[in-house]
Order: sequence, then C-alpha cells, then structure tokens
Amino acid sequence: MNKIIKGLWAEHPIFRQLLGMCPTLAVTTTAVNGISMGCAVIFVLTFSSLVVSLIKKIVPNQVRIAVYTVIIATFVTVVDIVFKAYFPAISKSLGPYIPLIVVNCIILGRCEAFASKHDVKSSLIDALSMGLGFTWGLLVLSSIREVLGFGTIFGLTVMPKGYDPLVVMILPAGAFITLGFLVAIMAKLEKR
Amino acid sequence: MTNLVLLFISTVLINNLVLVNFLGICPFLGVSGKLESAFGMGAAVTFVMTLATTLSWLIYHLVLDKFDILFLQYVVFILVIASLVQIVEMFVRKFSPALYQALGIYLPLITTNCAILGAALFMVSKNYGFLESVIFGFSGGVGFSLVLMIMAGIREELKFADIPKAFQGAALTLITAGLLALIFVGFSGLVSA
Repeated sequence: MNKIIKGLWAEHPIFRQLLGMCPTLAVTTTAVNGISMGCAVIFVLTFSSLVVSLIKKIVPNQVRIAVYTVIIATFVTVVDIVFKAYFPAISKSLGPYIPLIVVNCIILGRCEAFASKHDVKSSLIDALSMGLGFTWGLLVLSSIREVLGFGTIFGLTVMPKGYDPLVVMILPAGAFITLGFLVAIMAKLEKR
Repeated sequence: MTNLVLLFISTVLINNLVLVNFLGICPFLGVSGKLESAFGMGAAVTFVMTLATTLSWLIYHLVLDKFDILFLQYVVFILVIASLVQIVEMFVRKFSPALYQALGIYLPLITTNCAILGAALFMVSKNYGFLESVIFGFSGGVGFSLVLMIMAGIREELKFADIPKAFQGAALTLITAGLLALIFVGFSGLVSA
C-alpha cells in the first residue's frame, strides 16, 4: 500500500521531484489533453518498467541507458501510431509532445532508479503509482488552466456568462505560474 | 539569406524552445542556479543541438525517407543524439582538455535534454531544408543559452531576497520563468511570419 501512495503523494513526480516538466507545462491547456498525456505516459512507463525489469540481468551495465532509451522509444512509437489511428484529434493537439515522451525523465528515471533493481511485480506497482501520480498532477494543472483560460472544463462551460477568460492562462506564462503556485501549495501541505 | 537571419531571430526570441515550447525545462530549472554553470550548459547544448539537427536531417532525408521506414524515426533520432553526445564527449576530452573541464559534467546530461530531440522533431515537422536545419539547431541552442543565463542572473540576485518558505526553491523559479515567458511574448511582433 505504501508503494502505491509513494507516487501519488510522498514522491509525486511533478510536485515533489519536478520530473517530466516539458509535457506537464506544454500540453495542459485543456483537461482532455492532460488526461490523454497522462494515459500515454502510464502506458509507456508500465511497459518499459516491465521490460527493463525482465531483462535487467542480461543488459551489460555500460550500455544500459542506451538500451532503456531504445525500449522506451519503441513503446512511444506504439502510442504515437495508436493515437494517430484512433484519436487523430488528440494526436494533432498533442503534436510533438507524444514523441517527446521518449525523453520524459520520469520514465527513464523510474527504469534506472527502480525497475532495473527490483522484481517484475514491484516494478509494475511502482510504474503504475508514478504514472497515476503524474496523471492527477496533469489533471489538476490542466483543469485550472482550462477553467480560467477558456471558462470550460472538458469542453463544458462552467464559468458564468459574463466571465472574461484569462488568456494568459493558456499562454506559456500561465503554465509556469500555475505550476509554481501548485508546487508552493504542495510544499506548504507537506510541512503540516 | 534574409530568410536564414529571420529564422535565427525568430527561433531565439519568438519561438524560444524553453519559454514557448517548454523544451529543456529540466536543465533550465536544474542548472540555472549559477551564471557560470548556466553558460557551460548553454554552450554544450548549442554545440550538440547544431550537430544533432544536422545529422538528423541527413539521416531523415537520405536514409529513413528513402527506404520508407519513417516509423523508426524516434528510435533512430534518440540513438543519434545519445551516440553524438558520447562521441562529442570523447572528442572534447582528447583534443581540448580545457573545454572538457568546462563542459565535462554537462555533456552526459544532454542526452535526456528534451530540447535536442524536440529540435530534431520540429525540424522534421516544419520541413526545413538542410541549411535551415543547421541554422535552426544553432539558434535553438542560442535561445536556450540566452534564457538559461537570464534566469541564472535573476536567481543569483534572488538569493538575497526574503521569500516565504513554501515558495523557496522550485516554486519561485517556476513563477520567475512565467514572468520571463510573459516578457518574451513582447517579441512576438518582431518577425511577421
């Protein structure tokens, strides 16, 4: 149980470890984008951890990072092709940030720090926990930005009619500032 | 020629990789504490990024496109970058110990710098020609260095400021980056695309 909580709260990849910042900031303009990116990362992280954990004994130490990267890149290619085929609209709005999952430090980080040293079962739990933690982080950030920037959430209007959308929330600046405040809130909560 | 100059200006200031495309945020947050290390990192990234986009362009157009194996591009690009970083590191160590001293610790970190892979992917999706790709890689690196050094300068000053506890560290850096991004929006009218 502790292992599951770890990624969701105590070692949260975004708010505590500041990993995977590019997708976190770039795709969180709408909640749908945030969730899609989260799902893609869960998929890649889980399968990469699984494979890395399975082959950990046969990979020579010197080339391990290169091997992990190739494994990750392979699963990212799968996600990219699936998104293009079944969710072309999402694939278009996420654009180059799908292939950029390859260099998402959460994935390589967990493969190197955890999956390469633990058995398959705990690696899978670790991957799922980190992946879900990442996803709720994205969901919170993207919901805030979508509500304030468009006045909608998941495309549904939630703000009253006279609401004037804060365009800055959709701009890069809004992403940085919102995340900054979220990190500060998390730091405050931890101290209690 | 004008085209290339405009591409340079717009990549450095308007479509800045860090502040507009969110690429290379990890080193941006990690290495921007001191001006000196920011400069080292910036130089290393500019160097590798120029080579990486050049090489990726050649491989993409001469190999992948020709043999119709474009689905391999992510795997190939990341391998190109990883091996490039390795080669550059060995080369620099052998031929310029002074430069190695300066860049040394930053080089291996560059493999996982998403700005490099990002630049290669943008170059493909924007259909740049060969010369444009080289300039794009170089100016991407310059833009990265510029922002990194501005940030480092600000953070060196912030050390002496009285900051609420919860905001110390990452939170304040992110908010500073946000304000910086807002400033860079001002450049957007500079080149009409």
